[in-house]
Amino acid sequence: MTRVSGGLIDRSRSLTFTFNGQSYAGHPGDTLASALMANGVRLVGRSFKYHRPRGIFSAGSEEPNALVTLRSSARAEPNTRATVAELYDGLEASSQNHVGPLGFDLLAVNDLMAPFFAAGFYYKTFMWPRAFWERLYEPMIRRAAGLGRLSDLPDPDAYDRGYLHCDVLIIGGGAAGLMAALSAGRAGARVILADEDFRLGGRLLAESDPIDDAPAPQWVERVEAELRSLPNVRILTRTTVFGAYDHGIYGAVERVADHLATPGDGVRQTLWRITAKRAVLAAGATERHVPFADNDRPGILLSGAMRAYANRWSVAPVAKADDPVAIFTTCDDGHRTARDLLAKGVNLIGVVDARADAPAGKDYEVFAGGLVTGTRGRRGLTSIRLRHGGQDRWIDCTALGVAGGWNPNVHLASHHRGRPVWDDTRLAFLPGDGGPGGLIPAGACAGKGSTAAALADGAAAAETALTALGITARTPDMPRAEDHADRPSAIWHVPGKGRAWVDFQNDVTVKDIQLSHKENMRSVEHMKRWTTLGMATDQGKTSNVTALAVMAEMTERSIPQTGTTIFRPPYTGVSLGVLGGGDTGADFRPRRLTPTHHWAETQGAVFVEVGPWMRAQYFPQPGETHWRQSVDREALAVRAGVGLCDVTTLGKIDVQGADARDFLNRVYANMMGTLQVGRTRYGLMLREDGTLFDDGTCARLAEDHYVVTTTTANAGAVYRNMEFARQCLWPDLDVQLISTTDAWAQIAVAGPKSRQLLTRITDGADLSNAAFPFMACANLTVCGGLRARLFRISFSGELAYEIAVPARYGAALMQRLMEEGADLGVTPYGTETLAVLRIEKGHAAGAELNGQTTAQMLGLGRMVSAKKDSIGAVMSRREGLAADTRRLVGLVPVDPAQKVTAGAHLFTKGAVQNTVTDQGWITSACHSPHLGHAIGLGFLEHGDTRIGEIITAANPLEGQEVALRVASAHFVDPEGERLRD
Amino acid sequence: MKFSGFKVIKEALTGHKGWAPLWRDPDPQPAYDFVIVGGGGHGLATAFHLAATFGQARIAVLEKGWLGSGNIGRNTTIIRSNYLLPGNQPFYEFSMKLWESMEQDLNFNAMVSQRGILNLFHSDGQRDAYRRRGNAMHLSGADAELLDQQAVRAMYPWLNFDNARFPIKGGLLQRRAGTARHDGVAWGYARAADQRGVDIIQNCEVTGFRIDQGRVLGVETSRGFIGAGKVGVAVAGSSSRVMQMAGMRLPIESHVLQAFVSEGLKPVIDGVITFGAGHFYVSQSDKGGLVFGGDIDGYNSYAQRGNLPVVEDVLEGGMALMPRIGRARLLRSWGGVMDMSMDGSPIIDRTPVEGLYLNAGWCYGGFKATPASGYAFAHLLATNTPHETATAYRLDRFARGHVIDEKGVGATPNLH
Amino acid sequence: MLIPHPLLGLRDAQEFTYLGDAALIDRPDPEAGEAAFASYVYDRDNPAGLHRELWFHEQGDRSWLVVTRDTLTHEILGAELARNVARTRRAGA
Repeated sequence: MTRVSGGLIDRSRSLTFTFNGQSYAGHPGDTLASALMANGVRLVGRSFKYHRPRGIFSAGSEEPNALVTLRSSARAEPNTRATVAELYDGLEASSQNHVGPLGFDLLAVNDLMAPFFAAGFYYKTFMWPRAFWERLYEPMIRRAAGLGRLSDLPDPDAYDRGYLHCDVLIIGGGAAGLMAALSAGRAGARVILADEDFRLGGRLLAESDPIDDAPAPQWVERVEAELRSLPNVRILTRTTVFGAYDHGIYGAVERVADHLATPGDGVRQTLWRITAKRAVLAAGATERHVPFADNDRPGILLSGAMRAYANRWSVAPVAKADDPVAIFTTCDDGHRTARDLLAKGVNLIGVVDARADAPAGKDYEVFAGGLVTGTRGRRGLTSIRLRHGGQDRWIDCTALGVAGGWNPNVHLASHHRGRPVWDDTRLAFLPGDGGPGGLIPAGACAGKGSTAAALADGAAAAETALTALGITARTPDMPRAEDHADRPSAIWHVPGKGRAWVDFQNDVTVKDIQLSHKENMRSVEHMKRWTTLGMATDQGKTSNVTALAVMAEMTERSIPQTGTTIFRPPYTGVSLGVLGGGDTGADFRPRRLTPTHHWAETQGAVFVEVGPWMRAQYFPQPGETHWRQSVDREALAVRAGVGLCDVTTLGKIDVQGADARDFLNRVYANMMGTLQVGRTRYGLMLREDGTLFDDGTCARLAEDHYVVTTTTANAGAVYRNMEFARQCLWPDLDVQLISTTDAWAQIAVAGPKSRQLLTRITDGADLSNAAFPFMACANLTVCGGLRARLFRISFSGELAYEIAVPARYGAALMQRLMEEGADLGVTPYGTETLAVLRIEKGHAAGAELNGQTTAQMLGLGRMVSAKKDSIGAVMSRREGLAADTRRLVGLVPVDPAQKVTAGAHLFTKGAVQNTVTDQGWITSACHSPHLGHAIGLGFLEHGDTRIGEIITAANPLEGQEVALRVASAHFVDPEGERLRD
Repeated sequence: MKFSGFKVIKEALTGHKGWAPLWRDPDPQPAYDFVIVGGGGHGLATAFHLAATFGQARIAVLEKGWLGSGNIGRNTTIIRSNYLLPGNQPFYEFSMKLWESMEQDLNFNAMVSQRGILNLFHSDGQRDAYRRRGNAMHLSGADAELLDQQAVRAMYPWLNFDNARFPIKGGLLQRRAGTARHDGVAWGYARAADQRGVDIIQNCEVTGFRIDQGRVLGVETSRGFIGAGKVGVAVAGSSSRVMQMAGMRLPIESHVLQAFVSEGLKPVIDGVITFGAGHFYVSQSDKGGLVFGGDIDGYNSYAQRGNLPVVEDVLEGGMALMPRIGRARLLRSWGGVMDMSMDGSPIIDRTPVEGLYLNAGWCYGGFKATPASGYAFAHLLATNTPHETATAYRLDRFARGHVIDEKGVGATPNLH
Repeated sequence: MLIPHPLLGLRDAQEFTYLGDAALIDRPDPEAGEAAFASYVYDRDNPAGLHRELWFHEQGDRSWLVVTRDTLTHEILGAELARNVARTRRAGA
């Protein structure tokens, strides 16, 4: 154990966990990383390309090395950063990306082959022979690549999404964020304070500098207590604000239960969409390292992380308490670590400070102007090579803290593609203009890194936000805190022969960047893409700026001249499960049920998805073992007797007003203005481009009252277009629209006995052919006073009606019709039979009305009136549409035993079959129980003139070819006598 | 310099001293025979084919930023030839054939990987539509297979078959489809074009066209006037902006399409899968990231970034189809600006200005078209006649009523 | 995105369906001919900058709005009822 004194862990309780199967213990407050470190575990993973041994490098979400698979089986969570994984009892973690044990990874051979794997190597080889890429090279690469392994089981956990609104969103709960929250909270603003850590305080938890003469965590606790007492402040810990979107909308993920073994009955994570009038970005800063030869060994850490482990987690990154530790720094910050490590009793051998004017050490040696030029230690650091005073020497050292200055976390400020700006004094990119509107950077992420400056800047940012919102704020009293301005230096890497890592995870070294430069991959974006720098799970948090500096050095330009780097959402990885928000599996989309759904269930109906709806597909009866048996029975029953089908899903639009007639005449392509009260007419709607949009019926119930029906699929779109026409095209017409699809249940009553059945429920209405002829409509009552609408329309080609009643009576009406029709053999039928009946009758449906069809193709070209203006009329006359010679035809197999297959293409008999000779295709097909053989509908070139011709239906996809005879599309009652009977 | 495994080994053993720039950075000449505006995939491929296939010389590619900075490096890398309509399918099949020989043609490994694309269907109607499409593919010489549910299950047993809102009934599979390394395509064409004498001029923004009496004379740029015999514009995403400088309004809207990549994972998905009932498609890169996307955001935008609702919509689809991916993490998202044309199909045509040619309107499908687009545009520039597979991509097809509308949604670009 | 509905205040853009350029309000006279219609149906200014565009409050009050938005930044400068815009344009025409 290498625990040191103090810290923010609860030593009174122990938690056990396993890493690679071995059991260890830690304490509440630990992360997996701090607990591993406390147990002397140094080697925790392997790098991506060279499979180099790697240890813990950071103490936060920027971690490039310590990636583990957390949990197992269906809950296995690959690529989890040990540095932010909160320890819980029973935690299970394993290392990734190695073949064989972690200590003896067989793929470590890649490291020996490293010269062959230089930046861009794969673009230059693996090209011969051609087929070997898919068969050999690529599978090899894919197996070796990737990091962790995903379970092949469904994610068992639940996710949720929620919406929050606030005046001020504060992103980050460190010094600046807490002060901003305090200011805004006290002023009464609605505040959300979000922090990715499980404990508020940010860097204050990791530092030993006091606030108001007491340990900083005590100040944090006091502030947190006050914030929690304010009803207008909501604190979200374990919550990462990962993206800044438009108009003050932020995406955040709250890890509700990731610190527990399982979420139990709760959710694992919640996706919050936060709408904030203003936001304060107090995201802090990330320390950068300084590349030098072999700088990637376990035991080499960011200096600030080393300090955090010592102060917050009371652990030193060594295997034994008196192992020697050194610091390599290019700025004053490294000396803070030295001071804190000494205070914790760590065996500090000194600080190598690259600056000639390094400060003198208190109680420790300083190698001013010194450099670390190499390291040793295969699975953990054992010694470093120190260049000092012109001499190189090896020094025993098992842990090295590296301090290269701090990069402000400007990420969210550049999510709207605003570029950060370079600050030559701070040697860092700061948030630039063009950031998300209303986002105010504060504290270390704005370059104000001392505690005092961050506190003051947080308060100032809150004041700016509140002033903009018209809320009066009082600046709180500033606590006393350290105010040391760091002195960074422009020492970006240590030149030398060995490999010096810039991006640890993706194994990008200074040499790779040099090679990229040599090959003219000099734009920063080219360099990143050529070398893969910054593309790993840490997204270059510890490498991007350093790489830019190395590139700048080679191009002999300044860093801002060389380029900037912007960031895209998400700030850190967000689980795909939570982004889906829990709407998965059967709940992926809402399920709309028709009014008779539950009744149909009791009848044993089989249901089918029709867009958002579930519809009865067919009603199997006892003894029927194949769907065809049920459908044939249903279809024959309709043609011989009477059938019932719920057609509520058809769109219904109520059109009312003095100008309703004029309006509909402009919306429909065919003449609708002449429709009389009490009559219904089939109508075609075109898109403005002249193509067929939808078909349906239009019924005139009163002088100024029409009911329009649409297809199920287009119910929403037709309504939207009609509203567009009403509001945008003809705003002066007196007409009102409302969709009543959900308000009315509608049942088709079809078959020669339909009149007989309906007469039994229509409260004495005269349904005789004379009184209520084909295409009649009326308001009436049924079943003793229930208001209803009756339309004599037919999709099946039989004598048929559609009857509508208020939706809540739909099921009751269906039941009543079933009872009343029992002696007539009334038969419920589903969508399959509906389709068979309409194909037999040659009515177009979705397969024909697919948005690529013209009225002319359906043989309805003459319906498009040339006598009036209507949507699409002008464009329907364009040459390309007018010259289209494809026509809807019926198709019958020459051999009645053959099938007709929708999707087959049509060819002149004996013709060569290719794209050019293609004559059309089959849109719909079924077995016709009425005719006793298969039939189909299709579009065929000059189809209207080819009735009787034998053609070929080719289905090369499934190796089929069938001879078909072209026929009229109206297989049943082509004269329409049954309809009018 | 020729790339080869031998060369890689030699350089590895000698300290990588022998590598040379992949392309030059020449200063612009006062005039060229051909000026291609846009150093993206299509522009670079056009320049390559002008030089390599059509034997032309004095060619420049002008790129506003760094070459390949547009949609060629911002897409989800899918290549396929699974179109329906006769105006499209032969062109994309021609493109597929060019993909198949690209690496040898360019001496650059763009990692063309024929991993197959599977379009799932969920209803009889969708199956019939896919059968029609699959047959159209066969008729154009492409490959396609119609799979039933069992066959899909055999390929991807972990898809959500048992608890789905829209059960998987089968799929249309094109085995020759797959993915390619998007940046590598731009680099491969750039290097091969450069080797054939094409001047690729980066950081050179076109600010205007010099047009005299209906004929283009050259382009004004941020680096001065550059004369040109013919100017070819291939700037999808910015076509309206650029062509406005020549006084043209296009049948195009610019929309943002987001794309996503997960953290690296060991192999999960072998091929490309598209989820017909949701708005989701996915493949896995050689590096291990799941690369996926969905619908465009749906409003006009030049912002190269999208919004959260589409992110959620895409992952709803992803989780509904593949519930095993829940614990993988999104690593990065980005947005590309698409030329959404009014019928969802591209334009490769002359313009009313003599000597000015347009390659535009690629919607979200420009990547897979890159080789054929370059070939066909070069054909048009060099011979003044359209390539046989690109005869339908006329600018006047809208006015004349010969649209190529694969989805059948009409002049609503955000639905294509 | 948030859309400032003139009657209902700020509403989430997800409640709306987008159509496109508000020039679609200016449907040509039926006598204007095919070329005028072709231009109306297909050609767009597609500006990089301020764009007046049509949004339908489908999950709301079913108003069509004309929203003025910057296509480079997505900033919204205002929204009007399309019906009012259409009436004004017709009165002016």
